[in-house]
Amino acid sequence: MAAICLKVKEKTEVTTTYFLFLRKRSQTAAAMAKFYSYSLVLMWRQQYVGKVRFCHFDGHMQSSKKVLLATESNVFAALNTRTGEVLWRHVDKTGPEGNIDAFLQNGQDSVLVVGNGRVLRSWETNIGGLNWEVVLDSGSFQSTCLVGQQGTVKNVAVLKKTAISLHYLSNGHQKWIENLPDSDTVDYQTVYSGGNGEVYVLGVVPHSHIAVVAFSVDDGEILKQSSVEAPWLSSIPESCQIVDQEMLICVDSTTMSLYTLDLTLQLQMNQIPLQSLELEVDPDFRPSLVSHQPNPAKQPLSEFFLQLGPDRYVLLQFNSGQIVMLRDFKPALLVSFATTGEKTVAAVMSPKNKTVSIVFNVLYYVAPATQASTINLYNAETGRRLLDTTLIFTMDPNGGKPERLNIQAFLKKDDSVGYRVMVQTKDHALTFIQQPGRVLWTREEALSDVLTMEMVDLPLTGTQAELEGEFGKKTDGLMSMVFKRLSSQLILLQAWIAHLWKLFYDARKPRSQVKSDISMENLSRDEFNLQKMMVMVTASGKLFGIDSKTGGILWKHYLENIPSNAGFKLMVQRTTAHFPHPPQCTLLIKDKDTGLASLHVFNPIFGKMSHVTPPALPQPILQSLMLPFMDQDYAKVLLLIDDQYKVSAFPSTKYVLQQLQEMAPTIFFFLVDSSQGRLSGYRLRTDLSTEQIWEVILPTEIQKIVSVKGKRPNEHVHSQGRVMGDRSVLYKYLNPNLLAVVTESTDLHQERSFVGIMLIDGVTGRIIHEAVQRKARGPVHVVHSENWVVYEYWSTKSRRNEFSVIELYEGMELYNSTAFSSLDRPLVPQVLQQSYIFPSSISTMEATLTEKGITSRHLLRIVSLPKMFLDPRRPEMASEQSREENLIPYAPELMIRTEWFINYNQTISRVRGIYTAPSGLESTCLVVAYGLDIYHTRVYPSKQFDVLKDDYDYMLISSVLLALFFATMISKRLAEVKLLNRAWR
Amino acid sequence: MARVLTNNRAGVFCVWLFVSINLVNSNNGRRASDGLEAEFNGLSVPLEHSFELDDVAKFQLRGSLMLKTGREPSVSLNQNQLSEEDRTKLKEVAAVDGLYRIRVPRVFLQADKQTEWQTEGHLTAFVRACAMVESHLSDVITLHTDVSGYLIGVSIVTLPGACRGIEVEDEVDLEVFNTTLSIMAPVNAPGPETALFIQRMEQEFEKKGKNPQEQKSFFAKYWYLILGGAIFLMVSNSAQPPAGGGREQS
Repeated sequence: MAAICLKVKEKTEVTTTYFLFLRKRSQTAAAMAKFYSYSLVLMWRQQYVGKVRFCHFDGHMQSSKKVLLATESNVFAALNTRTGEVLWRHVDKTGPEGNIDAFLQNGQDSVLVVGNGRVLRSWETNIGGLNWEVVLDSGSFQSTCLVGQQGTVKNVAVLKKTAISLHYLSNGHQKWIENLPDSDTVDYQTVYSGGNGEVYVLGVVPHSHIAVVAFSVDDGEILKQSSVEAPWLSSIPESCQIVDQEMLICVDSTTMSLYTLDLTLQLQMNQIPLQSLELEVDPDFRPSLVSHQPNPAKQPLSEFFLQLGPDRYVLLQFNSGQIVMLRDFKPALLVSFATTGEKTVAAVMSPKNKTVSIVFNVLYYVAPATQASTINLYNAETGRRLLDTTLIFTMDPNGGKPERLNIQAFLKKDDSVGYRVMVQTKDHALTFIQQPGRVLWTREEALSDVLTMEMVDLPLTGTQAELEGEFGKKTDGLMSMVFKRLSSQLILLQAWIAHLWKLFYDARKPRSQVKSDISMENLSRDEFNLQKMMVMVTASGKLFGIDSKTGGILWKHYLENIPSNAGFKLMVQRTTAHFPHPPQCTLLIKDKDTGLASLHVFNPIFGKMSHVTPPALPQPILQSLMLPFMDQDYAKVLLLIDDQYKVSAFPSTKYVLQQLQEMAPTIFFFLVDSSQGRLSGYRLRTDLSTEQIWEVILPTEIQKIVSVKGKRPNEHVHSQGRVMGDRSVLYKYLNPNLLAVVTESTDLHQERSFVGIMLIDGVTGRIIHEAVQRKARGPVHVVHSENWVVYEYWSTKSRRNEFSVIELYEGMELYNSTAFSSLDRPLVPQVLQQSYIFPSSISTMEATLTEKGITSRHLLRIVSLPKMFLDPRRPEMASEQSREENLIPYAPELMIRTEWFINYNQTISRVRGIYTAPSGLESTCLVVAYGLDIYHTRVYPSKQFDVLKDDYDYMLISSVLLALFFATMISKRLAEVKLLNRAWR
Repeated sequence: MARVLTNNRAGVFCVWLFVSINLVNSNNGRRASDGLEAEFNGLSVPLEHSFELDDVAKFQLRGSLMLKTGREPSVSLNQNQLSEEDRTKLKEVAAVDGLYRIRVPRVFLQADKQTEWQTEGHLTAFVRACAMVESHLSDVITLHTDVSGYLIGVSIVTLPGACRGIEVEDEVDLEVFNTTLSIMAPVNAPGPETALFIQRMEQEFEKKGKNPQEQKSFFAKYWYLILGGAIFLMVSNSAQPPAGGGREQS
């Protein structure tokens, strides 16, 4: 209690000081605003929604500019169809709890079923406000539909495993709920209403019969109930559709026939063999149906599509018991229906045939490598092609194949139908196209699911590289060196003249036309190496190269045939520093189930596949590691360890193998098997096999390993020790091979649960330190850098998040100051630990790479927390000596200061990871947060000590210098005159 | 809450070994292994070692560890001398920079019955054989347990730890092990220390409360300045009117 009182008191004090300094604050407000606008230039944020699952165009108004999307990332959003920007966005919980099961659109209202039928929500689409939300009765969700009567839609029906309920669209209240008959035997799958006062529920007993139950919309009374023999049927949504007036149409691939059932009569299935329609299904293809209900209060169209093969659709019509074929589409990739006003059209996408493509090659520039498709509109009732409705869709060669068409149809002034189309491709991209093929916008939704990333330095410009190359090559005689020098000077002169010419040319143009955007050609490193290439790997298998300054996508590459549960590991094998060798990145793609892996080698600046052929990997890969030595082409060596504990190297040239043999006894690695709690160390042998040299086993019945963190190989430690108050030095224990192993107890009882932290030397397997945090629970986040480990956990006793920091010191003397070897460090370091209360939860932590400082983040904002506050040497009482050292007196709670938020007012959703990279300026660290959104900014952990401020007064300093110069000149002159006068005297 | 289950994670280490030709002040002081006299009511497990020229582990008995089970486990060691044959082999292994490995079986120290303490598998550790030779078999073995008393790891280092390439001439130096043995349980990590902090804050508040200077109000503190100011104002006011008034009257 005392602590709380104290806090309140502190707060009141703060408010009084604020009142006192109100005037001062208003003065600084202008400066703050200036700083804010300045910082906006240096940061950017991109908002994404995820892979689209449901899509509706806001069609209640002719001039609407909205498309509503419900995605697999549990996001419900509206996009502006003109620009592709997010108008509003609602991010629900991750996982199955926020999963969007169904999305119905009626006028201005969007009805969503969320979390396996847990919640029914209605959104207002104009501003994205919530109309209402009701919690549904438990039960797994099956299907939903809108229910209309006399031409207006008033209700929504939700079908669950055992019950059906009807809700009012206006307020979500439940009209009635009815249990389904025989729900233990019948698998109810579909609900349907044709606007005639009845709701049909269709269920199936697999390989036996269909159960049809008709409910009255008014009171939920069962009007009709029957079962019809259908031994070939297993799933209604997969093989059946409802067309015309309550006519159920199913397709079966084994009997090669269509079945029709009149739901009002419910007599028996009427079989129509496909052969009678002169149709044939492709071998090994499961045919499917596409139907369309333009208005939920009215009956569906009597026309429907039947897909007979991967590229063949037929448009059929059900006409008084007969099925008539309207049109055969072959080849056709995708089909879709769209309705505007009273008119319904069918859109068909087909690969463009050769003759047309020649014509269009003239009219529109089509890159020879790209594949193009055409989209045409057809009258749904007759199957006749509508004139002037051709639209060309050119597929991105670095993208995926189209997956779905979403048609926005509208009536033109002359009452003909016009349309725009949003194409969803396999790489999760959305492309919005207008006739005759103009791409209005493209959204790369794959970026909502970034798994891993790296930042690569941009290359030097050609001229710079030429100069660099001069020094890099071996010297070959005086004359040739002179020639080389002259030629590179000539090249520089040429570049300078070209630059001047460009300046002159641009000066004549109006300013607005001078483009400043970045493209492949002018990609080059800036003065302080602040602009980098961000290589991002997404879950869909699409790779992106993004300019870190602007956030623009410079290249993309879609890898096909990526398993859905693939794990990725991105490694930079060669940086840009080794001109003329191109930089090289290697992506290890590993199927998590089988362990089989493949390598993709590419150039991170241009995204192109490398000429180097990666080795085939027939064995499952346990582990990959990057060695710090390079082959003769400056590519770092990648070692892959397979399940036979055999090692293969990439690149595996003779030189590399020879090097490996020489270094084998000094190459150690470790494997973690968290299922058995086993940590084991291995040493490489000269024949590239391995031998186990140490083993630590944590019994899995007590605790399980949740994470193992090593240090980043590219971090620099700026000081070996800390200067104490009495001027002595406390040396840090800087072991590059140290691992922080975090365990959690299997016993989750709040009194007995614990979090264990173990520091192990990865070479010798020696346990340096072992500690348990009692009454604590995960999720644990760990950051390991320099000589410290910071971890965050949940304290079950006090119900709060806590931080703990461990620092390791060698003591007042270094054991061996020249080099560190894990094999020769017999003394155990001193371990200091302190814990703090953190007033917020954390999703991800990362340490900044240039300076001390921990970047942690919580749900919506990113906090940059100075490491100074996490220091186990913070004293209880401030003494003279600790003040000398700049230690802050210990306080159990870490208050989050508002200036620690590095993303200002920019909300970032679902941050999954934070990536930090050093820049050419020592003070500056580049930070990228990725998750649903991508956010990039620069942080200055120790302020910008090496940069002159923007408002630095150059005028003043130069005028003072000039004045001083003149003053000295004049006084010198005067002194001379005076001396002369004195001499005359 | 993305929790990374690191299945088969690893890292790589290249140990840049170094050789320096410094003079060594080798530690020749040797203590007799003092494990024998410790009272023994626990269990005895074998400590095995292996040093082979071809680096294929062939474990042989080095000694037996006597583990005292219970709340505060302790450990003592009873070990044999190295035989003539082993001594030469160890030196040979040291010459080719081979490894000296030890292993102990996994045991559970809290178990009451003899049958319960043994579990499958061994825990292994290593040290460079040359370090073993050059330190004249002076090693430090530490056994680590987890919270519940399972042995989870063993570590071995030699004192001094470096290999400097000095020849050990005297065969007698490699006869007896000089082992320092300890058993380590995890330490309890400290939680946030609120009690002390609150105590300190209270003390500070009390200090503030006792100090009467702090308690005084604004007027009580600066009454003399205010009074002085007031008197000055009054004096200057009373001084002016006569002058101005005089002018008006004239």
